[in-house]
Amino acid sequence: MTERLLRRFYFFLVGLFLAAPLIVVAGVSVNEKQDLAFPPKGFSLDWYAEIFVNPEWRKALVASILLALSAAAIAVAIALPLAWFLWRRIAPWANIFQLLGVAPFILPPVITALGFLTFWANAGFYGQPWTAAISHAIFFVTLPLVTLSLGFASIDRSLVEAASTMGADDRTVLKTVVLPLILPYLVSGYAFAFVLSLNEYIVAYMTVGFTMETLPIKIFNALRYGYTPTMASVSVFFVAIAALVFGLIARFGDIRRLLGAMSSDSN
Amino acid sequence: MRREPPRSLADYTPLVFPALMLTVFFVIPFSTMIMVSFFRRDPAGFFKPDFVVDNYARFLSLFFGNVLGFSLMLAIIVALCCVAIAFPFTYLLTKQSRKVQTVWLVCLLSVLSLSEVIIGFAWSTLFSRTAGITNLFVWLGLMTEPQALLPGFGAVLTGMVYQALPYTILVLYPALVRLDPTLLEAARTLGASPIRAFLNVVVPALRNTIVATLIMVFVFALGSYLLPQILGRPQHWTLSVLITDQAIYQSNIPFAAAMAVFLVLMSLALVGLTLLVGRRENAG
Repeated sequence: MTERLLRRFYFFLVGLFLAAPLIVVAGVSVNEKQDLAFPPKGFSLDWYAEIFVNPEWRKALVASILLALSAAAIAVAIALPLAWFLWRRIAPWANIFQLLGVAPFILPPVITALGFLTFWANAGFYGQPWTAAISHAIFFVTLPLVTLSLGFASIDRSLVEAASTMGADDRTVLKTVVLPLILPYLVSGYAFAFVLSLNEYIVAYMTVGFTMETLPIKIFNALRYGYTPTMASVSVFFVAIAALVFGLIARFGDIRRLLGAMSSDSN
Repeated sequence: MRREPPRSLADYTPLVFPALMLTVFFVIPFSTMIMVSFFRRDPAGFFKPDFVVDNYARFLSLFFGNVLGFSLMLAIIVALCCVAIAFPFTYLLTKQSRKVQTVWLVCLLSVLSLSEVIIGFAWSTLFSRTAGITNLFVWLGLMTEPQALLPGFGAVLTGMVYQALPYTILVLYPALVRLDPTLLEAARTLGASPIRAFLNVVVPALRNTIVATLIMVFVFALGSYLLPQILGRPQHWTLSVLITDQAIYQSNIPFAAAMAVFLVLMSLALVGLTLLVGRRENAG
């Protein structure tokens, strides 16, 4: 009994620690005037409207969403053939590309960011919006790569075997058997990359920081010049997007498996 | 379809696009950065091609030594705090129902994906005088008047633990969820209390996982580039902050690149160590 209480209390403390700053930000975001006050003085959702109405914030929002959509698409386009090849073929040396795909994610982000800054500056494309999309795609290629590798590993090879003994060639097998089976993993990989790209600051800042403002860059710039409640409403908006996307993945897929629990052994 | 070695050149086609992208946009930028670390700063633009080791020679200054020492110390404290909080938490989490686990994992992922800018802003609000936690303490009668809790070391540490905690839990999760339940049952049947069984059976069984996680979180914490800047004073700046500052505000990209090369070598050495520890776990 006491054990259960203790456990509940521990969960409560961790939950409170994780939620506390977000609760305060949510409170601050509904202030009626431009105050940094908690508990909020008055109630207003104007600062949420501001994200869409104010041309500067709207521009940053559109830039961020376009960047995240295209970066995640490029990341999946790189990860899918690579994961398929590694699953289909025995070619140990090809694992080097898997390592290259995971490296930017493990190394401190500032390193990747600086690598891109020097690269784009040397190549003469520094500041072009598309350079940020490619940079983010490489930076986050790990996510679809990991989810797709898990997806391929979960495919029952005898299914594929059956299709090919019935006379289907590689292309048909890929289209009719393999792709439908890994579609959930592909979607999750895309979604992970999308959410992280939306939130990413340093790579975006070092590639296009002086020519284009994404939402995280805009929040940081606003933070340097003082406080506006729109920063708070945008933050809440971002938490909501992340929770929605991951909630959908959990609803339609198996998030425990994606995070490393085995499919059907425990619980 | 069995796995088979590629027989013809055509079998390599799927590899072409990923290999090209990863080489052109990761290997080359990385090499460019190493190259630039030997260049000279150009006040008029970015940098001038050259071959100087001045950028590396600057590491020998007391200032750099202080920043490096502080970064390492901060990352070690963050790693220790996170693993100390996350290990029991993750263990308890894996004992919950599937549904409870899923809800927690969704929340953890949502926090983990938050921009460092947002985390910094959220904690600076929580620690502020006007909207901060001290208002709650005043209301409860614990303090006489609200005060700002930042900038300071405590604020930096809290922010960084906040940032790294979800990461730590998600790194520990696979190892703990796959932990053989019979181990614990045996301990319980022999009369050990749950806490004793946890401390004497679960913790030693996962000793290597704990070490590997500590190193992973350490590297993760080394990468924090904004929180020390938003929540701390200049003496709380870490290597990552210094690199960003040199690259963007001081426009000394060659020096920033030299520091980044140093940070890479250090991180790689540590990640290599993690892999070594992990291999021993699998072997033993």
